[in-house]
Amino acid sequence: MTRALFLFLLYACSLSAHAAPDAALVRQLADDDSSVKVAAIQKLTLSADPDTLRVLAAMAEDKLYLAGDKVVIIDGEKVFDAATGAPLKAPENAESVTVNNRIRGELASALAALKLFDTDVNVRLASAQKLQSSVSGEMAPLLARALEKESDGRIRALLTLAHAQASLGSADPAVRLAAVRALAETSSPAIKSVLLPLTEKANESDNRVRFATISAIKAIDARLARAENLGRVFSGLSLGSILLLGALGLAITYGVMGVINMAHGELLMVGAYAAYAMQSIFRSYFPQAIDWYLPAAIPVAFFAAAAVGVLMERTVIRWLYGRTLETLLASWGVSLVLIQAARVLFGAQNVEVSNPSWMSGGIELLPNLILPWNRIVIVGFALFVLTLVWVLMNKTRLGMFVRAVTQNRAMAGCVGVPTARIDTLAFALGAGIAGLGGLALSQISNVGPDMGQGYIVDAFMVVVLGGVGQLAGAVWAALGLGVATKLLEGWAGAVIAKIAVLVFIIVFIQKRPQGIFALKGRSVE
Amino acid sequence: MHKPITLRVINALDRKSALALAVFLALTLFAVPLLHLMVPPESAWHVSAYAITLFGKIMCYAVVAVAMDLIWGYGGILSLGHGLFFALGGYAFGMYLMRQIGRDGSYQSDLPDFMVFLDWKELPWYWSGSDSLWWVAALVVVIPALIAFVFGYFAFRSRIKGVYFSIITQALTYAAMLLFFRNETGFGGNNGFTDFKRILGYSITSPYTRLVLFGLSALMLAATLIFARALVRSKYGRVLTAIRDAESRVMFIGYNPLWYKLFVWTLSAVLCAIAGALYVPQVGIINPSEMSTANSIEIAIWVAVGGRGTLIGPVIGAFVVNLAKSWFTVSFPEYWLFFLGLLFILVTLLLPHGLLGLWKKLRQSRGVRA
Repeated sequence: MTRALFLFLLYACSLSAHAAPDAALVRQLADDDSSVKVAAIQKLTLSADPDTLRVLAAMAEDKLYLAGDKVVIIDGEKVFDAATGAPLKAPENAESVTVNNRIRGELASALAALKLFDTDVNVRLASAQKLQSSVSGEMAPLLARALEKESDGRIRALLTLAHAQASLGSADPAVRLAAVRALAETSSPAIKSVLLPLTEKANESDNRVRFATISAIKAIDARLARAENLGRVFSGLSLGSILLLGALGLAITYGVMGVINMAHGELLMVGAYAAYAMQSIFRSYFPQAIDWYLPAAIPVAFFAAAAVGVLMERTVIRWLYGRTLETLLASWGVSLVLIQAARVLFGAQNVEVSNPSWMSGGIELLPNLILPWNRIVIVGFALFVLTLVWVLMNKTRLGMFVRAVTQNRAMAGCVGVPTARIDTLAFALGAGIAGLGGLALSQISNVGPDMGQGYIVDAFMVVVLGGVGQLAGAVWAALGLGVATKLLEGWAGAVIAKIAVLVFIIVFIQKRPQGIFALKGRSVE
Repeated sequence: MHKPITLRVINALDRKSALALAVFLALTLFAVPLLHLMVPPESAWHVSAYAITLFGKIMCYAVVAVAMDLIWGYGGILSLGHGLFFALGGYAFGMYLMRQIGRDGSYQSDLPDFMVFLDWKELPWYWSGSDSLWWVAALVVVIPALIAFVFGYFAFRSRIKGVYFSIITQALTYAAMLLFFRNETGFGGNNGFTDFKRILGYSITSPYTRLVLFGLSALMLAATLIFARALVRSKYGRVLTAIRDAESRVMFIGYNPLWYKLFVWTLSAVLCAIAGALYVPQVGIINPSEMSTANSIEIAIWVAVGGRGTLIGPVIGAFVVNLAKSWFTVSFPEYWLFFLGLLFILVTLLLPHGLLGLWKKLRQSRGVRA
């Protein structure tokens, strides 16, 4: 181990010893002819060692002087030999090396390229990333050198790409071919547009290279399409989660209890306004913990919506059990009252609910596929709510009672289940879940008095499609509808996709009414 | 209608109904025009243009309410899609009105303004013939009838009923609304049709045109009521009511409910469409928001307020709710939704038979006391 380290150090020393800039080239930097200077800068850049960087940096800062036949760096009181870096006595007749605009530009790009050889990994990475957008043919040898020295995987990948791009202009068909093949491994639209001209005979005379380019573009296209489809499936999943959050509460009130609650959308709105209220409270009283308003809003949203639900059930819904059409109308009335109440309390305009900072940004899977954090959080939250509902319905006493009352109200009552109270609790549970859905919606869409109206049709579609009385059905229906909508949007546009999905549901329900409407709840005729 | 049927319909009216009909027609066809044209605006007896438009509009709503009552009150099928048929009739007639603008639009083009705006060079195929009143009148009836028939056929054949039917009609209307919101659909997108200039060459803002439309709406309402009355008292109407009350039993007796439901559903859609066609020239605009969920549900509340299962109830309901709406939205705009919401709740909770039911109950209890 020690030995290996020692050998490595030795190797490193020998490398740096090798790398002192060529004295003749350094002399040319002080030549009278600008073209000679430029050529010298370019050649020095290719050697790419720290000393070159030092010399060129000094030149850029006007600290390079010609003393006799020696090029020196004068930095304040100190004087160095430019080529070797050895300290010197101050020369008597030092003449400043003129740096005109052309040379200044040349120096700037040379210094930028030399950053690829910096000792700091982060500097190298930043430089490599910056290079991607401005690769030119002349940089090929430099990039090859940088690639040779580079050990960091990420930077190597970037450099390989840049090198391949740079060598596309090479005169040697074999080099071009290798470059095209290397680029075929990438999946970025930018590379594709670089390759595209090479498919024309006018731009690329070598057949092998041209064919390789065509197949490279095909490969890139396939990867791009795959990423795009992946992206669509993901946004479908996230839309599905939104639909699910909107519909889960309804799956309890409508699916299990058989109550048509047209005010469901407004219960979502209550949840969203709860998020807004919590945000306002945190802004005024705990501004340092503002990022935590969202978790704090979860119970608030649940209980606020559940409270509205209890009130609704006790005053309106209770008197209309078994009369579904009347329930529909009465709950529509409740929804109008809730909308107007929100307008009076919070104003008719949409209110602003901002994402906490930990929800901004995203994960970049591929150059053209970024998964935003807020969508990921929504999917996770939908899973959380789903689990919550499942546990409540299947693992708790309340859930058991609800299922019992659903299956046989009279019998449940006979064995001591307080059916009236269970009705209220079940309705409150559905409403509370709707409140959680609204909380999630507040993070991705507008929060306003009318927001619920947009979700009510979707929510009913999910529950009806999934099969009344089944939570699993609602899950499949929501995810299926979400993915189908997003895939359709890809080729037909958002509105047509939505219409197509609605028409599909209408047709599907007519085809499979028995299977879908296999009623077990109290709404059985 | 052939003469014998007409006679039968008239004969079917009892004296009280005939009297009410005569008074209604005398008021709308003679009294209102005279009061509007002859009486100077300063007089207390003058009927303003605003009032005529308002009542003309409400009579169209009343036709819709009766149509809704036929299907809901007598057929037991709550449709949340009647706004769609109303709007379709309105759009079909709106096409004619758009063509009547001619070159008087802002772009002085033969095409409607919104098409010029979208850079369309010619009318889409479904606009062909829209400059003929007869063709458009046929469209007003045929298109909604066709849609209702096809949709109803599949829905009723699959025996979809109750709330499921309500929810899919709602989805249908919602889908149609999204479709009409698109500019590419060719019906003016968001803004719909507006800025009408004339109808059959007569200016749409002239008092005579207004009175003719008003009179037509009144006639339409009267005809709808007479026809509906004959319908619900016929054997067909009895079977329909029987289906509402016990569909399975009716089936076991040997009737197929499909055709009974389908007929009343299609008829109801056509009545709505005609009402929509009369409504659009009076209010001067039709846009996709007519197809919104809220509008269709509001139709149900007119019927519920008046009393479903009666024919005059929905008319009363349409008048009461819409007059209240125009009063509230002017005087207390912020309380209108509270009022409407509470109306929905209280009527369903406390007045299952609507205002008519309440009146009957009051009369009965007074009779008992006396």
